[in-house]
Amino acid sequence: MKEMSPTRYDIPPELEGQVAVTTLDKIYNWGRRSSLWPMMFGLACCAIEMICTAASRFDFSRFGMEVMRPSPRQSDVMIVSGTVTKKMVPQIVRLYNQMPEPKYVVAMGACASGGGPFKEGYNVVSGVDKYVPVDVYIPGCPPTPQALLHGLITLQKKIDHQTLKTARWYSKETLDYIPVPVLGPDIMDPRQFEQIKAYTMKKLADEQQAAEDAVQVETEAEPAEKSVGEQQ
Amino acid sequence: MSEQTTEQTVVKEPNGVGNDFDPRFDGAVTRDVRKGYTGYIVSPERLIDFATFTRDELGYDFLSSVTGVDYLADGKLEVVYHAYKTTGGPGIVYKTQVPRENPVAPSLYPVYPGVEFQEREVYDLYGIRFEGHPDLRRILLWEGFYGHPMRKDWKEAYFEEEGKPFKSRWPEGHVSRAEDKNPFGKNIDFPAGFDPEKWTPEGETALYAGFGKLTGREEESGMETDELVVNLGPQHPSTHGVFRMVAKLSGETVVDLKPVMGYLHRNHEKIGERNTFLQNIPFTDRLDYFSSMSNNWGYVMAVEKLMGVKPPERAEYIRVMMAELTRISNHVAAIGFLLNDLGAYFTPILYAFEERELILDIFEAAAGSRMMCNYYRFGGVARDLPEGILEKVASLANDRLPRKIDELDAFLTNNEIIRNRAEGVGILTAEQAIAYSAVGPVLRASGVPYDIRRAEPYGIYDRFDFDVAVRYHGDVYDRYLLRMDEIRQSIRILQQVVRHIPEGSIQEGKPQYQVRVPAGESYGRIEGPKGELGFYVVSNGKPNPYRYHVRAPSFINLTALPLMAKGNKIADAIIILGSIDIVLGETDR
Repeated sequence: MKEMSPTRYDIPPELEGQVAVTTLDKIYNWGRRSSLWPMMFGLACCAIEMICTAASRFDFSRFGMEVMRPSPRQSDVMIVSGTVTKKMVPQIVRLYNQMPEPKYVVAMGACASGGGPFKEGYNVVSGVDKYVPVDVYIPGCPPTPQALLHGLITLQKKIDHQTLKTARWYSKETLDYIPVPVLGPDIMDPRQFEQIKAYTMKKLADEQQAAEDAVQVETEAEPAEKSVGEQQ
Repeated sequence: MSEQTTEQTVVKEPNGVGNDFDPRFDGAVTRDVRKGYTGYIVSPERLIDFATFTRDELGYDFLSSVTGVDYLADGKLEVVYHAYKTTGGPGIVYKTQVPRENPVAPSLYPVYPGVEFQEREVYDLYGIRFEGHPDLRRILLWEGFYGHPMRKDWKEAYFEEEGKPFKSRWPEGHVSRAEDKNPFGKNIDFPAGFDPEKWTPEGETALYAGFGKLTGREEESGMETDELVVNLGPQHPSTHGVFRMVAKLSGETVVDLKPVMGYLHRNHEKIGERNTFLQNIPFTDRLDYFSSMSNNWGYVMAVEKLMGVKPPERAEYIRVMMAELTRISNHVAAIGFLLNDLGAYFTPILYAFEERELILDIFEAAAGSRMMCNYYRFGGVARDLPEGILEKVASLANDRLPRKIDELDAFLTNNEIIRNRAEGVGILTAEQAIAYSAVGPVLRASGVPYDIRRAEPYGIYDRFDFDVAVRYHGDVYDRYLLRMDEIRQSIRILQQVVRHIPEGSIQEGKPQYQVRVPAGESYGRIEGPKGELGFYVVSNGKPNPYRYHVRAPSFINLTALPLMAKGNKIADAIIILGSIDIVLGETDR
């Protein structure tokens, strides 16, 4: 109770355990940071360390996080625990959209933070922050349970510094959902449709130009083309 | 007896082109005479005949692995088959070659139904169409993905060079962010002329079409009966990760079920072909992330076969010790998760993870990491055991683990709820298990005593005294019991290891960053906690493997999931999945 009072007020000593004079910010943040409910959402290897963190040896219920909810509607923090693939990212964005505000995202491990060891893979998204905003990044492959705990405590500290004035979920404008990426020939962010079209048209023009040049020069050497023709 | 003699001639035949089998296959079957290769090349027209012949007349009843290789220089795609006998012994390798343009091969589905998913994977990644396959769709990627990524001329968006170490990193070392080089700042690329606004996602019409009609009985009976399609996953608390099942239900009964995977497909094989041989070891850790130590072993064994090295005595003992500890930690966790699926929410896992943590402490002390151990090396292990670890293993093996397993046993095995829910559910007969290429606990719980540690001993397993656990009912309960049995056998092996482990070196020769691997192919397989884990490695003498394929037990065991789930309740489908014990890192790779 004492720690909640930002300034010293003249509270009688016998009431110090029951009464606190504090700001709305403080009490909101205190409530929020002390019952962070993570979403039960495991992607890959890191999920196992997340389970270890929930199990008896490390036990993150000490910090008010033991209530893991399988439903995004009931959770506050999404721990992205593992490699985000292109096939999975539409679901992750959808889950994020379904979480109620205030919501937080923790990118657990190298893969979720930036692609990790699998970054170059054709089906791997180089970091979940390409699609959803991330609050805390935890390095490691996988991060140890201690590191995850540290990351979650860092998130609590971040929550401590939020105020009603700037928090986006109290602002007047309605919050936009993140458009769900579409699985095309490759993963497509609807916000980038124009850019994609410009790119593919330029590529087509370049290829046609290259083919014309090749015909004009009449050389044997064919331009290096991507194997587009194999598309089923 | 005639089988025996036929096989003898196979072995004795000099390394020449020709038919070793039967006049029936004259001209259709030739020996693979490429340097470092073994086995036979079968013409696609006779492939089904040949597979039937090897299965029925030579006794190779268990098709372990199917994979593709792209021989770009020869303009050929090759499908490689590894078949074994469930009675034990070495296997047979045969291949069929198809042209890169319009590649069509016959499906072996009529002979071995276990190829279903593996052929779909080859189709997905190489574009080889299998004629006669019942449901040829992409499996790891999605319908509409451009190209077939494992082909050698297919380049990913972040493509830098064919092989590592990349020149940008070494020796000069000018690293730049791959995002900065891509016009979208992401790992994406699109074919020329593609218009995103005109794109209609192909989605999953093919998947749902496979279920047939859902309604339609209306007209016949006049009654409103409806079958329902339920999606479980990829975000579902009981699918053990990002696995998805699509079930067609009549009431609560599963009429049909299709596993959907690929949500964790992180391109192990493509990355593995860019990596150097050594760089692949830490990647194998991340396949089945519950049992990284035994993954290491499978890969290291495949490469050691090519290199022709053998680890020293102490390293062999350490390898066995680590692999058996892995098996114990995997099985206790598997039992915990199975109980989770049965509704005993989280409590059994707490018991399981208590033991697992103790084993992870040993891994951390020896390898430096709890989960991603990266401990085995070609011809040895990375470093010697630190002081005091053997005593710790000894006390675990002799005292704590047997006690704790008995405790788990006492709590769970005769629990009325478990027995009622697990007995007689998800039955897989021995014949089905073999035909569907099921491995590991799933196969052995169906009454087939097939354990590679005994069937084709590797390492020094032939020196240890242990029994191959086997159970005969093939249901969920037996799979649970079998894991209990296996933990006990592993404890027995551990007790022998700590008693007999010698002093000495732990690495054959000098440890090297860049190993020289002679050209050729090899298939290393071990009995991992989840079953036969195989690595098919092709080397062309360069620093990077030409082909690196993982035969993942979790992936192939799932082939039999629809068979086991049909006719059961939807709640039972969950525990049937739990009893297979899959790990998505390995399923999707």
